[in-house]
Amino acid sequence: MSRRVVITGIGVVAPGGVGTKEFWSLLTAGRTATRAISLFDASPFRSRIAAEADFDPLLHGFTAADAGRLDRAAQFALVSADEAVRDSGLEIERLDPTRTGVTLGSAVGCTMGLDTEYNAVSQGGSTWEVDHTLAVPHLFDYFVPSSMAAEVAWRTGAQGPVSMVSTGCTSGLDSIGHAVELIREGSADVMIAGATEAPISPITVACFDAIKATSPRNDDPETASRPFDASRNGFVLGEGSAVMVLEELDSARRRGAHVYAEIAGFASRCNAYHMTGLRTDGAEMAEAIRVALDEARVDATAVDYVNAHGSGTKQNDRHETAAFKRGLGDHAHRVPVSSIKSMIGHSLGAIGSLEVAASALAIEHDTVPPTANLHHPDPACDLDYTPLTARQQRTDTVLSVGSGFGGFQSAMILTRPRLGEAA
Amino acid sequence: MTAPVTEPTARPAGGDPARTAPAVTGIGVAAPNGLGVPAWWAAVLRGESGIGPVTRFDARRYPAQLAGEIRDFVAEEHVPSRLLPQTDHMTRLALATADEALADAGVDLSALPDYAAGVVTAGSAGGFEFGQRELEALWGKGGRFVSAYQSFAWFYAVNTGQISIRNGLRGPSGVLVTEQAGGLDAVAQARRQLRKGLRLLVTGGVDSALCPWGWVAHVAGGELTGSTDPAGAYLPFSEDASGHVVGEGGALLVLEDPVAAAARGARVYGTVQGYAATFDPAPGSGGAPRLRAAAEQALAEAGLAAGDVDVVFADAAGRRDADRAEAEAVAAVFGPGRVPVTAPKTMTGRLAAGGAALDLAAALLALRDQVIPPTAHVAAPAADCPVDLVTEVRRPAGGLRTALVLARGRGGFNAAMVVRAAD
Repeated sequence: MSRRVVITGIGVVAPGGVGTKEFWSLLTAGRTATRAISLFDASPFRSRIAAEADFDPLLHGFTAADAGRLDRAAQFALVSADEAVRDSGLEIERLDPTRTGVTLGSAVGCTMGLDTEYNAVSQGGSTWEVDHTLAVPHLFDYFVPSSMAAEVAWRTGAQGPVSMVSTGCTSGLDSIGHAVELIREGSADVMIAGATEAPISPITVACFDAIKATSPRNDDPETASRPFDASRNGFVLGEGSAVMVLEELDSARRRGAHVYAEIAGFASRCNAYHMTGLRTDGAEMAEAIRVALDEARVDATAVDYVNAHGSGTKQNDRHETAAFKRGLGDHAHRVPVSSIKSMIGHSLGAIGSLEVAASALAIEHDTVPPTANLHHPDPACDLDYTPLTARQQRTDTVLSVGSGFGGFQSAMILTRPRLGEAA
Repeated sequence: MTAPVTEPTARPAGGDPARTAPAVTGIGVAAPNGLGVPAWWAAVLRGESGIGPVTRFDARRYPAQLAGEIRDFVAEEHVPSRLLPQTDHMTRLALATADEALADAGVDLSALPDYAAGVVTAGSAGGFEFGQRELEALWGKGGRFVSAYQSFAWFYAVNTGQISIRNGLRGPSGVLVTEQAGGLDAVAQARRQLRKGLRLLVTGGVDSALCPWGWVAHVAGGELTGSTDPAGAYLPFSEDASGHVVGEGGALLVLEDPVAAAARGARVYGTVQGYAATFDPAPGSGGAPRLRAAAEQALAEAGLAAGDVDVVFADAAGRRDADRAEAEAVAAVFGPGRVPVTAPKTMTGRLAAGGAALDLAAALLALRDQVIPPTAHVAAPAADCPVDLVTEVRRPAGGLRTALVLARGRGGFNAAMVVRAAD
């Protein structure tokens, strides 16, 4: 039997608060952190709302120089990595650095830094031959976002496999899935794994405006993210980061670590259909669900909670509902499903890791977070989406899924590790 | 519900590399010194460089003026017209390269089981030229002038997504970003998917960011040569090394399950026998770089000794300190001057996510043709770079069975891959 991988530390930066505790408190209260964009003047745009993190780098130990040098996404990643390591109780300096690795997911990298720097070197888009003398020395680090994975590796001392995983909006799930594989195959014993995104910038808002993917409910930002609701009209952009410490189960137990959950199964498929469009049948996501269940040796009927992608676009929520029915059979009608994007928006490449964190916490606290703003379900979305209010219930097995531009469909199974169970 | 289609051929990591090592059955190349494998390989063996003055934009104002440009690529000849408005130059090159690799492999994709084939590519900066145009529209004219395609034409996952859609590849797919090391990391990830039961992956990297905005990012990175002499600019391991030249292009490989490849009578270029990825200690922490460890671990996984390696394809940074570090790593593994070392990328420049993939293609063709391609433009290595640098085409009397490919990505990423000639 291959090595089993568990989560022993969680760190989060999310809209509504920095830290895992704040994150879980927001989710279980069903509060929303979506609001009018304050990070830049969004008045010219169609969608002017987002879920922003209240984050001051200087309050999190960054020097003014580092706060200026590091993209906001990199800052999120470092703060969540710090919290995850602290939470795990690992004495990082006593780890074998060569057996420790990093995977960090991100869909759009250092897009805020790039947006700002482009404006500077082009003097407001006035020239094609942009001026290198106006560029900051760290521009290259924004240009190639593996710089962010390197920063996390430097901070945590990792000298094993280090990489950035960038598969659009499944990056956060795929990054953790990748880390699990690296531990299972023996390439590392500990992985600092997660994802980060800080996409609330003019270029990101403009590109989603152009395809009307984001919600224009500017007059009511707090209720704008409405997954599965008949009145949903697009996703609400978010930002944040979740990083986890993953370890091999036996070594976690030997050191007496607290184990949140085992990552028992993971699978990913592509729809090979369209860069942004989805077929209605959800076949590829359903296949990813089936393979992830199979890898976890879990029957579909054992799933206690489905942490949905639930972006709140018309096509996604129907696609996903179809995928759950196809992948879980009749059990899809019995199992509670919810989308935390209703509260913290859609942070693109980071959201998958934030959702894995929420899934692990659902097991930890035997609580299913709700789908906020769900008052009038779309008739085509006919499952139990846990509207408005968190639900306390025994939660041993969670399915978390993601869907991304490029056609990526991923599924992960988290389970409560049973005491005394042989590895 | 349809039956699960996961192939029952999953096998554990490790095992006997001779039986389980994935086979490269197809190669596609886009390089500054040749478009397509035949043209490129012939140019490489002639020592013909594709480096010259930048023509894609007016580079006179910049402190670096040379590039490895692909000058004979006519997108309309390779990419369907409906894809042209939605793709960056980089993606067009990648689509053409994937076509060549799949045609070369002679595989009937429609005969494969569902979900049995996928795509894993390396990325670095995404479709950066496309991104510059849209940033110019945003900042120069306003958000509503941003293209509907920006949301996916620029992001890092674009090549994998477009190759998947174009060729109907619905299996597990991915994108890794580790700067210049990505070409090997992607192939290693493809290998993991084969071990989990896939039949075939299109994998490697094709990259380009030859626009002023990308150029300025490279200039800020501080590693480019200021030389204007195409034959004297990029001189890795030389006493006169002054930095590198940026190029565009790369390679995509068809990597197949060896049993499936044999069953269909596929021509096999070689097999991937070993791989490892490591990360350097944080700058200033005093630890030794870890390229050597990557090479040693890759050999160990391949079950080979240093003496079994017939040629090393170097990362060849073209900076004195980095060249010295690589020469020392090679000398530590093999003994000073004990193994031929070459860097055909002296004829293309460094290709970001495409570079290591192109080196892998060169290594496989070297094994096929029993010839070591030269390091162009370098007369002799510096005294402090104790390597047997191959500066003229060499046909070793003892033959070529095994090649080691090394790659490093900015920030501390190291990767090493061992390929072996087909039996």
